[in-house]
Amino acid sequence: MKRAIHYLNQFFGQIGGEEKADHEPEIREGVVGPGILLNNLLAPEVEVTHTVICGDNFFGSHKEEAIERILNDLKDKPFDLFIAGPAFMAGRYGVACGAICEAVQEQFGVPAVTSMHEENPGKELYYKSIYIFPGGNSAVAMRKDMAAIASFAKKLATGQPLGPAREEGYIPRGIRHEAFIDPPRLGADRAVEMLLKKLKGEPYQTEMPMPKGDRPAIAPAVKVEEAKLAIVTSGGIVPKGNPDRIQSASATKWGKYDISNLDRLNAGEWETIHAGFDPTFANQNPNVIVPLDALRAYERENKIGQLHPYYYCTVGTGTTQAEASRMGREIAQELLEAQVSAAILVST
Amino acid sequence: MTKEIEKAGITIVQMANLVTIAHSVGANRVVPTVAIPYPLGDPNLSEEEQYQLRKHRVGIALKALATNIEEPTIFEV
Repeated sequence: MKRAIHYLNQFFGQIGGEEKADHEPEIREGVVGPGILLNNLLAPEVEVTHTVICGDNFFGSHKEEAIERILNDLKDKPFDLFIAGPAFMAGRYGVACGAICEAVQEQFGVPAVTSMHEENPGKELYYKSIYIFPGGNSAVAMRKDMAAIASFAKKLATGQPLGPAREEGYIPRGIRHEAFIDPPRLGADRAVEMLLKKLKGEPYQTEMPMPKGDRPAIAPAVKVEEAKLAIVTSGGIVPKGNPDRIQSASATKWGKYDISNLDRLNAGEWETIHAGFDPTFANQNPNVIVPLDALRAYERENKIGQLHPYYYCTVGTGTTQAEASRMGREIAQELLEAQVSAAILVST
Repeated sequence: MTKEIEKAGITIVQMANLVTIAHSVGANRVVPTVAIPYPLGDPNLSEEEQYQLRKHRVGIALKALATNIEEPTIFEV
């Protein structure tokens, strides 16, 4: 029989409500409150041997002390699993569940599982290091959320093979594992099959989901005929000779170049230093990357308020996301100071 | 870069060849370009035809800037 230890806050640990939120951490033998349900769901393979209870405020305001005391209480207790919550939409409780799970997992090398609503702040803080199941927003979801924890915990305790997060139901931790398909199928076959589905407009499942980045809020439409508009490019167009020595790959520098007296960028005076594509075409006509000729035409037609006197440029090959973000912030700052309200970014 | 500029509150349109990438990494307004080495040109066309093509695509980009959108949008050219 495998052993599990359960973590609860003062409320679910039946100490009391908000007035008992300063309750100091304690450990008891056996189950308390929702632990009865957990124990029933885990039986017969796993037994909940102990329950840790700590007030949410105590944990929140003495986090390091709380963790240290709890780890100390667990030191002499053999266990194979640590389960916290579920915490639903309770913010302090969710953060405590995440923090104690992470600490226990790190200290004792046992897997830790919890559950909370996806908008619980504890989720964002801890989903990468522990198993968090998406839960309901109140204790009404107790039965369902506990069942999700328990069936997965049972698998963990008994060493059953685990599928990816999407199949097991916990919040993806952003970890990629090598996996073998049974029965085996060549990657090429799977890729072509996926492509055919995509072409037919049928649903398909990528084998390599990309992390979702933070998407900026959509900026409102601008009146272009009144706007000051700037050109930005990652296509490496610079004055011939590359005076700012912007790197041809993995750039960490950007340049700004005066175009206030120009109607177009002439070959021979401007060139691309981008190492990620054949520069022949852009060197013959740099306007294919910095479309100054077309923008001047729109400016003359009064379809653009005013073209900003400078364009901004870096090289976007091998450039890290962090560097790109920094350069973007620096350029944005310049644009704000120049009261630019709209921008066109040409990428290559 | 597009994201940071938009975060600063400046309305921005990205003209990109790899539209699905631009779209999936967080560009909210995207206009497709011709190819990576010549986003707004085409060596198979005459200079004048290339200029018309460029003017057309930049015109779509200007329209994109002038359009209120509810969700990230790829503007067809």
